[in-house]
Amino acid sequence: MLNNLIWIPLLPLLGTLVPLFASRFSRSACAFLTAGLPALALILVLQNASSIFDGEALYTVYNWIPVIGLELAFRLDGLSLLFALLILGIGLLVILYARYYLSAQDSIGRFYSYLILFMFAMLGVVMSDNLLQMWMFWELTSISSFLLISFWGHKTEARKGARMALTITGAGGLALLAGILLIGEVVGSYNLYEVLNSGDVIRDHVLYPVILVLVLAGAFTKSAQFPFHFWLPHAMAAPTPVSSYLHSATMVKAGIFLMARLYPVLSGTELWFLIVSLTGLATLLLGAYVALFKHDLKGLLAYSTVSHLGLITLLLGMGTELAAVAAIFHIINHATFKASLFMAAGIIDHESGSRDMRQLNGLWKYMPHTATLAMVAASSMAGIPLLNGFLSKEMFFAETLHQDSLGSLSWMVPVLATLGGVFSVAYSTRFIHDVFFNGEPINLPKTPHEPPRYMKVPVEILVALCLLVGIFPSLVIGDLLYAASGAALNGIPPEYSLAIWHGFNLPLLMSFLALAGGLTVYYNRKELFQFQAQFPDNDPKLVFEAVVQLIQRQAETFMQLVENGSLQRYAYMMLSMSFAMMAGPLLDLNATAGLRPELPVDAISVTGVILLTLGAVATVVWHRERMKALVSLSIVGLIVSLMFAKFSAPDLALTQLSVEVVTVILLMLALFFLPQQTPKESSPRRVVRDLGLSAMIGGVIGTICYALMTRPLDSISTFFVENSKTGGGGTNVVNVILVDFRGFDTLGEITVLGIAALGIFKLIARMRLYMPASDENGRPWTLDSHPMMLAIVSQSLLPLALLVSAYIFLRGHNMPGGGFIAGLITAVAIIQQYIAHGVDWVKPRMKVDYQVLIGSGIFIATLTGLGSWLFDRPFLTSWFDYFSLPLIGKFELASAMMFDLGVYLTVIGATMLILANLGKLTTSERPVVSETD
Amino acid sequence: MEGIYAFCVGLLTACGIFLALRGRTFPVVVGLTLLSYAVNLFLFASGRLKINAAAVLGQSEQYADPLPQALVLTAIVIGFAMTAFVVILAMRGRADLGNDHVDGRLPDIQARQRNRTLRK
Repeated sequence: MLNNLIWIPLLPLLGTLVPLFASRFSRSACAFLTAGLPALALILVLQNASSIFDGEALYTVYNWIPVIGLELAFRLDGLSLLFALLILGIGLLVILYARYYLSAQDSIGRFYSYLILFMFAMLGVVMSDNLLQMWMFWELTSISSFLLISFWGHKTEARKGARMALTITGAGGLALLAGILLIGEVVGSYNLYEVLNSGDVIRDHVLYPVILVLVLAGAFTKSAQFPFHFWLPHAMAAPTPVSSYLHSATMVKAGIFLMARLYPVLSGTELWFLIVSLTGLATLLLGAYVALFKHDLKGLLAYSTVSHLGLITLLLGMGTELAAVAAIFHIINHATFKASLFMAAGIIDHESGSRDMRQLNGLWKYMPHTATLAMVAASSMAGIPLLNGFLSKEMFFAETLHQDSLGSLSWMVPVLATLGGVFSVAYSTRFIHDVFFNGEPINLPKTPHEPPRYMKVPVEILVALCLLVGIFPSLVIGDLLYAASGAALNGIPPEYSLAIWHGFNLPLLMSFLALAGGLTVYYNRKELFQFQAQFPDNDPKLVFEAVVQLIQRQAETFMQLVENGSLQRYAYMMLSMSFAMMAGPLLDLNATAGLRPELPVDAISVTGVILLTLGAVATVVWHRERMKALVSLSIVGLIVSLMFAKFSAPDLALTQLSVEVVTVILLMLALFFLPQQTPKESSPRRVVRDLGLSAMIGGVIGTICYALMTRPLDSISTFFVENSKTGGGGTNVVNVILVDFRGFDTLGEITVLGIAALGIFKLIARMRLYMPASDENGRPWTLDSHPMMLAIVSQSLLPLALLVSAYIFLRGHNMPGGGFIAGLITAVAIIQQYIAHGVDWVKPRMKVDYQVLIGSGIFIATLTGLGSWLFDRPFLTSWFDYFSLPLIGKFELASAMMFDLGVYLTVIGATMLILANLGKLTTSERPVVSETD
Repeated sequence: MEGIYAFCVGLLTACGIFLALRGRTFPVVVGLTLLSYAVNLFLFASGRLKINAAAVLGQSEQYADPLPQALVLTAIVIGFAMTAFVVILAMRGRADLGNDHVDGRLPDIQARQRNRTLRK
């Protein structure tokens, strides 16, 4: 069905931008322009109202993320209509009011923008047809409320109040999300229509109590129900238009709305009755009682709001259909009289400079017009006949008499309700008498006077509504109430009468008792105040802050435990974890040894193992004397390369051997700049602990290795062996795998090598190191840093080494060798020249830029790969053929050789870039990176 | 033979990890080097041990598994690049932070001991 529902929330969303642009104009123009889009949205709502009064509900759906049940779905039924009217109607009045309330220093554009953002969020909550979507808007109301409460961010109480409101409502929002997710699990959909028609499924489900508690946690925090009520009075640090709009008329009603919305699904059980009605009753009484003792005008109204919210919650909790109707009716009435009272309080504050009722007295003389309006609204709050508050309160009293859920204690509910009414009358009387009569003002900052004409208009409109609803209830509100109740009950509302006069009955007596009692309490307030003064004034803010700080301290302690900034500790924890994960599965392995026959042990191998053991243990034992450790390490490396040779891996042996040389040179160079000794700082406990862990991991790895080797192997390598000669044109299978079968991997690997080398170059270039002038014992370095014998020998070895590397490179495809090994050998040969002759000697003779070398190596390798595209083959397809030349004879040419050349150049470039630059650090040739790049 | 090979791998792992858990950068680098020997040997062993069976066609009757060899060959070269990177990082760390502790600051025990001696 095509309709314009989407525009109702969308117009305010666009409207958030308007005030930001309009704030450059005058304040009136800004207010006027801001009101435009919400007014348009209100017109849209009113257009749709008639069809909803006819019992229809309008829907519109846009798919969003269907996989997780998320859609953009809006509905407009009676309940949404009621709330949309409240939100937009009161919102427009608040825009007008705020224009006069905010001072010239306040940024009116920012304020309006937040306000309209809230309006958008709240409309989203009440119009959502999808629970997840509703939750999103729900959180947005919390955030916009935070922004509005903290609008005067220079005030501590504004910041603290905003934080508190956000924490409480945000935590509740998370609980609500959990509840909604559970509902979605149970129902199988988040769509409101389907959820509302699955009431029995949910109530009978085993998770029902969990869902109920979670959803109610969300509703109670939002609607400031005991024991979460304390954030609302602190939210009064917000500018009064905000208090009037968010914290009395709309946002705090969101929790009530949620309960009304899910009423057909969640209510009707014993658990619902117990939690909701008892919470409501407690909140009603507590709020009404505390409100009487608040000297702050807004504080009184805040606690009164808490109390009235409790009243509505109590009505919803009773579980009868009539009680639900009464709840909806009271939502409307409370919104009108409480919003107007807040506005009146704001006017008083604005025009007299104080909100303290100990100072504010006898204002009737100064502002009779405002006083009249406030008195009418306050009378409605007290429940005086001919006003709307009377009607819903009467219904409330009647409903308390008609329930029996507390068994033989059911009589307590009407009695306590009347007691709440007594205090309600008492604080309303105080609001009227204490402020407008009761002598003269005391020490007011300025002489009170009537506010600007248009500031009173919103109050007048709301007070007129109180009177109209109070006198002609069914005419003014009948349709709306009927539609809203029908939507909340998901059916047809029961019979009820909106008449003012029902004859002499018990509810009327209760009203009378409340009135008489309230006046009596107020008359004897001095005694009551003295009585109350005996109790310590425990501020919930302090408790809240203490709890927050406690949580923060706990979190810090915990963080200190798991994340204290020590990498050493992290490494230990990580390794412990990996040990636990490795050792677990091994327990399931029945036998360590497999079926594969083992090779016989020979004397040479045993000798090698003994040497390796000695080398490894010596490295550990001497690890504080770093030079000795390095020498021991090189023994281990040597044995490892011999092991490769022994077990049929000549390529690996050659590579390991040449890498061993460059590694040791590298570490020796590094050692020059690092301390020669390691201080003894590990506690004995830590050493034992680390020894234990490393021994265990070593044991596990050794076991896995042994178990692996003794089990038969079914490898994919047969393919490589069979196709090496025919497909790759080489007999050295390892090399063919590297440059042909898995050439793409090798290309990636030389790229990594190049990047690592360039990264190292950058690190070296900005290094500011302390260079020792002597060794650790204070002996100066030798004067003859380039001994003649070494220089001559290495110089004459250079051509030989290059020849060997060329040979190794060329034969690589068919015999052990190849680009990697040849590159390393060349690099070692060049480094030897650096060591023997020094940088100053090498530099003019070797004009090679190693960075360019790396680049061209990777370039050649990539180009070889790309070349196959010319022949319409996939990337890196190899080609080879055999040719014969006179003198040389038959030889082979393969594209893989070009690729290997790229590898060769990259390896030389990377190795030299690292070692030569590290070596140059002590010389005038040290690499420098300009500060600009 | 497999038994003593596995012993070597386990021993190198244990020594490597013990050194990698030390507090100063140089022993950690040495430990990582030992550990990379162990890792390479382990990887290589996944092709099973064979003697006189180099994977060069026509040189022997049976061939060792060439695939782990190719993997380990590049692993050795990349391992060198990474060792170099860590070493340079360690030097840079000492240059910028004034100490060669892996945490970037001296441990609290030392600070506490220093405070104790100061108080005396």
